[in-house]
Amino acid sequence: MQTIEAKTTLDINKQEVENITGSEAVLKALLAEGVDTIFGYPGGAIMPIYDALYDYTDRLNHILVRHEQGGIHAAQGYARTSGRPGVVFATSGPGATNLVTGLADAMIDSTPVVCVTGQVFAHLLGTDAFQETDVINITTPVTKWNYQVTDASEIPGVLAKAFYIAKSGRPGPVLIDITKNAQIQQFEYKGYQSCNHIRSYRPRPLIRKEYIEEAARLINAAERPFVIFGQGVILGKAEQEFKAFIEKGGIPSAWTILGLSALPTDHPLNVGMLGMHGNYGPNVLTNECDVLIAVGMRFDDRVTGRLDKYAKQAKVIHLDIDPAEIDKNVKATVPVWGDCKETLPLLSALLEQKVYPQWLQRFHDCTKKEIDTVIHAELNPAEEIMTMGEVIRELNEITGGDAVIVTDVGQHQMVACRYAKFNQSKSNVTSGGLGTMGFALPAAIGAKFGAKDRDVVAIIGDGGFQMTLQELGTVMQSKVDIKIIILNNRYLGMVRQWQQLFNDKRYSFVDIESPDFVALAKSYRIDGRCVSHRHDLKGAMKEMMAHRGAFLLEIMVGKENNVFPMVPQGCGVGEIRLS
Amino acid sequence: MKQEYTITVYTENHVGLLNRIAIMFSRRKINIESLNTSPSEIEGIHRFTIVIHETEEVVRKLTRQVEKQVDVLKAYYNTNDEIVWQELALYKVPTDVIAEKAKVERLLREHGARAVVIRKDYTIFETSGHREETDKLISVLEPFGLIEFVRSARVAIIKNSSGFHEKLKEFELDEPGEEIIENEYLDKGKDVFVM
Repeated sequence: MQTIEAKTTLDINKQEVENITGSEAVLKALLAEGVDTIFGYPGGAIMPIYDALYDYTDRLNHILVRHEQGGIHAAQGYARTSGRPGVVFATSGPGATNLVTGLADAMIDSTPVVCVTGQVFAHLLGTDAFQETDVINITTPVTKWNYQVTDASEIPGVLAKAFYIAKSGRPGPVLIDITKNAQIQQFEYKGYQSCNHIRSYRPRPLIRKEYIEEAARLINAAERPFVIFGQGVILGKAEQEFKAFIEKGGIPSAWTILGLSALPTDHPLNVGMLGMHGNYGPNVLTNECDVLIAVGMRFDDRVTGRLDKYAKQAKVIHLDIDPAEIDKNVKATVPVWGDCKETLPLLSALLEQKVYPQWLQRFHDCTKKEIDTVIHAELNPAEEIMTMGEVIRELNEITGGDAVIVTDVGQHQMVACRYAKFNQSKSNVTSGGLGTMGFALPAAIGAKFGAKDRDVVAIIGDGGFQMTLQELGTVMQSKVDIKIIILNNRYLGMVRQWQQLFNDKRYSFVDIESPDFVALAKSYRIDGRCVSHRHDLKGAMKEMMAHRGAFLLEIMVGKENNVFPMVPQGCGVGEIRLS
Repeated sequence: MKQEYTITVYTENHVGLLNRIAIMFSRRKINIESLNTSPSEIEGIHRFTIVIHETEEVVRKLTRQVEKQVDVLKAYYNTNDEIVWQELALYKVPTDVIAEKAKVERLLREHGARAVVIRKDYTIFETSGHREETDKLISVLEPFGLIEFVRSARVAIIKNSSGFHEKLKEFELDEPGEEIIENEYLDKGKDVFVM
């Protein structure tokens, strides 16, 4: 095994050579990387690191979660709102395997996370020792990089590499597995040097000017240009550059679920959401634009629907930092590789200042049609029973669009993303690519630590909440001031909706019972309230937001409400259904 | 159209990388026909040679995914006429048959085989070449009591490659250079811009 070489950014200070343990080296690395919060759960194989942590609690805030999956989702939430890598500690065996769902989620949603797992002593590897599992091989397909450390002297270099890989290029999760002997071992510590170059790793592709020029030429000649943007704008911290780009080009812009909040909701060029439950205009007009400009998004099948019916008439400009994304799903006419923080200003500089009033009007016409057929009834229902949409509308009125909204997976997620208002970036935290039910509660905990000054509201379904509700214990113990809204329709609603539409109403195992959520919260010393009538909704929301500390608000909504519009699976975006 | 492609991957020499690369194929349910790892022309850099039977589109996307891995420096794919390749085969046959039948020795000569080990009870021959060639010798030897046969993975040299020495210098730099993002797509700008 070769030792990891990290190119130095700081000179080694020879006078500071000292002997420390591998465990201390881990904590020193975290401090050097600017980590302030760790989400974790101790266990046998990671005990030396926890022992060292005992002396670092003044500098590192460790949040004891209730399950390692909660730990990694919290780290994801932290990363999404702070823009910095989330850090997780877990022990070997079950501790490490419990991370797998979160790793897969972070991998597909490009979330920077650094996991440190304990491992059995190196001499026990492969002996089926207690709590030994082959974590490196289990996590290989769901990590951007992983590495097993068996010698303490490797730790500073490996952790430097881990942080660099997690946050650079297209971010992703990294797992470092450290055998117990390496945690205990003393070694000569020569200081910590952060990593900024690995020869086999190219996080920033070279920007080719001729492609930027070609892209600009296409856009300037376009009559109906359309921008679709994803999380790349947020990950690249390129919100301003993006706004300047679309404003100069005068181009209507729609977002993927992870691109949400990169552009304020009420920006005049923001025309809504793409995809299966996205807005009507962005979907149908994808098939009418002449130049489609994709910024930091990967043409997920939930966005494109049937690929052979997707934007066939358009020339496609694809801006992405990951070369493997170019042409993966949709063939690019002009690929613009690179960090959009750098490529967007170059492109903007070549654009002509333009407006497309008639083209933009097409979007507005579609919006009007969608309001008339779907949105108005969803936000202002005539029926007695509440809808999910009106809950989000009330929430918007109270938060004004300034809160961080964390959603789980399912109908409530689609409704929240469709209707929640956002004024600033890094405000939408959701499990997009993997669709991990149970994500929201732990992610909201992490989101709060990543954005301590902001209100964090988790919106969760009755099904998803029951997947990770043990994290109420974390909320209680660490006094995490999050607001939890459970939208209870007493069904696994999204699956039920599909069963209704496509399986002839054969409701197979979607009827889910729930405990008394408010009583459950109270048992965790978290205040809560359940609302079943519209006239109580506003008051309850106000009470929740004004409450000091965590609060759980259960809201009973219509049992068989559906989310529309919808692009049925296997259909093109032009075949979107309004009912 | 599916055909045989040889993927050449230059990598760091790290534990676990073989698995990381292999599962990228199995995830897509692509059977690896042959896989070889060896040193390359540069000390410390490993070279994977992987043969699969697929369409070019699949191979191109897969090669990009392989190249994306942190410990991979560069990945190329080539058709059979773009490479020179060989496989090594070993054949174990009873020595008495060889000794008694002059015909066998002639057959071996014709197939370019040479004896590696000659013992009283058996003799081991080796030959190298393309799969059809090494396969042919099996059928030739079978009537004479072929005891064992084994064949290595393909090793291949890309005909128009000038090796990795110059490229590595660019990889060592902090800023990316032209070499590193060279790409069959980007380098065909003129064709690409045909609307």
